[in-house]
Amino acid sequence: MNFDFSDDQKFLKDQANKFLTEQCPTAVPRGVLEGEGAFDAKLWDGIKEQGWLGVTIPEEFGGLGLGHLELCVIAEEMGRALAPVPFSSTVYLAAEALLLAGSDEQKQTYLPKIASGELIGTFALAEGAKVPTPQSLETKLAGGKLSGTKIPVPDGDVADFAVVAAVTDSAGEASSVALSIVDLTDKGVSREAVKTIDPSRSHAAVTFDGAEADALGAVDAGWSLTRAVFDRAAVLFAFEQVGGADRCLEMAKEYATGRYAFGRQIGSFQAIKHKLADMYIKNQLARSNAYYGAWALSTDAPELPIAAAGARISATEAFDYASKETIQTHGGIGFTWEMDCHLFLRRAKLLSLCVGGARGWKDRLIAALERRNVA
Amino acid sequence: MDFNDTPEEAAFRAEARTWLEQNAKPFEGGGDENTPTFNEAEQLKRGKAWQKKKAEAGYAAITWPKEFGGMGGTPIQSVIYNQEEAKYDVPRGFFTIGLGMCIPTMMSYATKQQLERYVAPALQGEEIWCQLFSEPSAGSDVAGLKTRCVQEGDEWVVNGQKVWTSGAHYSDYGILVARSDPKAPKHKGLTFFFLDMKSQGVEVRPIKQISGASNFNEVYFTDVRIPDSQRLGEIGEGWKVALTTLMHERLAIGGGSGGVDIREIMELAQGLDLEDGPAIANAAVREKIADWYVRSKGLQYTRYRTLTALSKGETPGPESSIGKVVGAPKLQEISSFGMEMEDMGGILVDKADAPLEAAMQESFLWAPGIRIAGGTDEILRNIIAERVLGLPGDIRVDKDVPYDELPSGS
Ligand SMILES: Cc1cc2nc3c(=O)[nH]c(=O)nc-3n(C[C@H](O)[C@H](O)[C@H](O)COP(=O)(O)OP(=O)(O)OC[C@H]3O[C@@H](n4cnc5c(N)ncnc54)[C@H](O)[C@@H]3O)c2cc1C
Repeated sequence: MNFDFSDDQKFLKDQANKFLTEQCPTAVPRGVLEGEGAFDAKLWDGIKEQGWLGVTIPEEFGGLGLGHLELCVIAEEMGRALAPVPFSSTVYLAAEALLLAGSDEQKQTYLPKIASGELIGTFALAEGAKVPTPQSLETKLAGGKLSGTKIPVPDGDVADFAVVAAVTDSAGEASSVALSIVDLTDKGVSREAVKTIDPSRSHAAVTFDGAEADALGAVDAGWSLTRAVFDRAAVLFAFEQVGGADRCLEMAKEYATGRYAFGRQIGSFQAIKHKLADMYIKNQLARSNAYYGAWALSTDAPELPIAAAGARISATEAFDYASKETIQTHGGIGFTWEMDCHLFLRRAKLLSLCVGGARGWKDRLIAALERRNVA
Repeated sequence: MDFNDTPEEAAFRAEARTWLEQNAKPFEGGGDENTPTFNEAEQLKRGKAWQKKKAEAGYAAITWPKEFGGMGGTPIQSVIYNQEEAKYDVPRGFFTIGLGMCIPTMMSYATKQQLERYVAPALQGEEIWCQLFSEPSAGSDVAGLKTRCVQEGDEWVVNGQKVWTSGAHYSDYGILVARSDPKAPKHKGLTFFFLDMKSQGVEVRPIKQISGASNFNEVYFTDVRIPDSQRLGEIGEGWKVALTTLMHERLAIGGGSGGVDIREIMELAQGLDLEDGPAIANAAVREKIADWYVRSKGLQYTRYRTLTALSKGETPGPESSIGKVVGAPKLQEISSFGMEMEDMGGILVDKADAPLEAAMQESFLWAPGIRIAGGTDEILRNIIAERVLGLPGDIRVDKDVPYDELPSGS
């Protein structure tokens, strides 16, 4: 057993940390939050140059051909820096879907351009304020054409293509969901940016009106593929969440040491100390669960659904707690637009829902445990 | 990152498995030491016999050096052995304090001859040790203890009282901190000893716990004489020695507190019906079990991180400090919720009446103690905040004040 990243992976993490500390101070996500574009183009260019977009893409498709552990360490740093770029939608979602289910031709078409940064991709599942299930989806695929509206689609306003989950003719059954790749510049597609809780990451409503759809994977495998892609993405998002949660703890610690009240540092009050100790505890649990997820993801272990759910639940709890209690630790100033605390509160909420809320993951986790107990 | 056994680890696991198959008894129910009905004398006999067997095979102290009768193995081997041993119904617990805390303290401070005399019998299960630290007026603030020791020639005379001493009633030896100088500030006037529990003037009185069982005791000292040769560390430097013990204590008990966990609550939920069908199908039940699951696994994987660091010869990070402060409240929540699922019948405590042989009820009455023993939840949070996060210490009103001028409330 070896439950740690390798020296090379740690080195990569350090590199990512240095790069993002320089290129992505909080002024950068704040700029996007305050309306300077859908993402930070300069940072995005820098990330392309680093080669991070192709970390998990095999060399034959123009990537670096490294593993998911390398992507995990980068994800943690992206989360810590609140990087306002279409990285997760392109890499954790679109590229993962292609790697899992793409035909050779589809991989040839998309992966090299993802790796080089020429194409931004995304995954479109949600249809408004409801839980997406094979029964609830309304976007339809018929005769190779898509119709319906997906909202919110991460980076849907800037992406070049999307993997779209839609119901085929026999609605109501799990097997009736199909995935397809859609060119978002197709004339059958219209899109519009939407406002979200975290404007530092852009989202859109994307409407398909007879858009050309290129089937991805078997027609009846769409739902299980969606779950498989989300299991993989959940681990990567968990690392972003852990990175963000650790940053919150650092901010709270720094403030609690420098701020005085009643003639002493507020960090000497036990109510504050214990709050920060609890942040530390949750962050450590989340990190350990995320490591297990990373192991399962990188080895394609049969435990992946359980490991992904565990990582997601734990990381969601940690970032949620850290982001709100950091504001509490700051007092009134923490509630202002000028302080960075709200950037983390917003990102924590966004990440907690982006591949489905913790409630659903808990349900699936128990279902997997039930299956394991029976087996 | 690799979660599987290496070939060497797999080989060690196979050996341990074979040895356990040949020597250990499979589960078929059996007493838990926290229940009032538990037959301690019989368990102790079993415990000692099992310990001897383990020691002879080298499994009693896998990580200890060979010169002390250990196996000279790695921490990971120790985890592997424990994983395998957990599948058997073997008596546990009697030796944790002695081998986890007392003997390791001896290893740092006792003479070679003393180690030759005491280590092997402890390892073989022939002699049991206890920890005489806490007192009625000094628990979290154990450096505030009162028990006096006065030097007379090459002996010390001890008077006072200890409390909550686990296993004192069946212990042969104990480690003791006492106050040698009441005029010095509290941390500076302490001296550390080990002593024979059968010494003249030692009186052990069992304390009945909330479960009705008695695992711990009051221990009275009346003119107890301890040879100066049994002093560990310098006169007045007992606190330093005590910190060694406390460090080992965190490691010894950080791993797990015993009692019910995910396996038991899953089993219960899969076997019980609620208003709307099987408990396991109930959304509230599922959500709670999932929350405990990620805490339980989070702790397990945190231990694996620590072990990985150890196995690479690195110092483990401070994350190992979160074990008990996560585990103990989880135990309390799981056991309480398990009883709630049993609904009106949840109050039944007889093994014959309550599901899982009343495991939930037993843990319910055990968990409150785990949140206190070996550092309370609050003290552990203080430690994380101050030592791990580097937050400022509390305002101290007892610093640099002579011990005998401190307010004590008694
Ligand atoms: C099952 C069990 C077995 C034990 N076995 C042993 C043993 O073998 N040997 C031994 O020496 N001792 C043993 N103990 C004693 C144990 O170490 C003490 O009970 C523990 O350290 C707490 O001390 P106390 O009981 O005096 O409580 P107190 O220290 O009086 O604490 C009372 C409350 O005040 C809180 N408190 C105290 N100080 C602070 C602070 N600075 N900040 C915030 N809150 C604070 C505590 O958290 C607690 O909630 C055992 C206890 C139990 C329950």
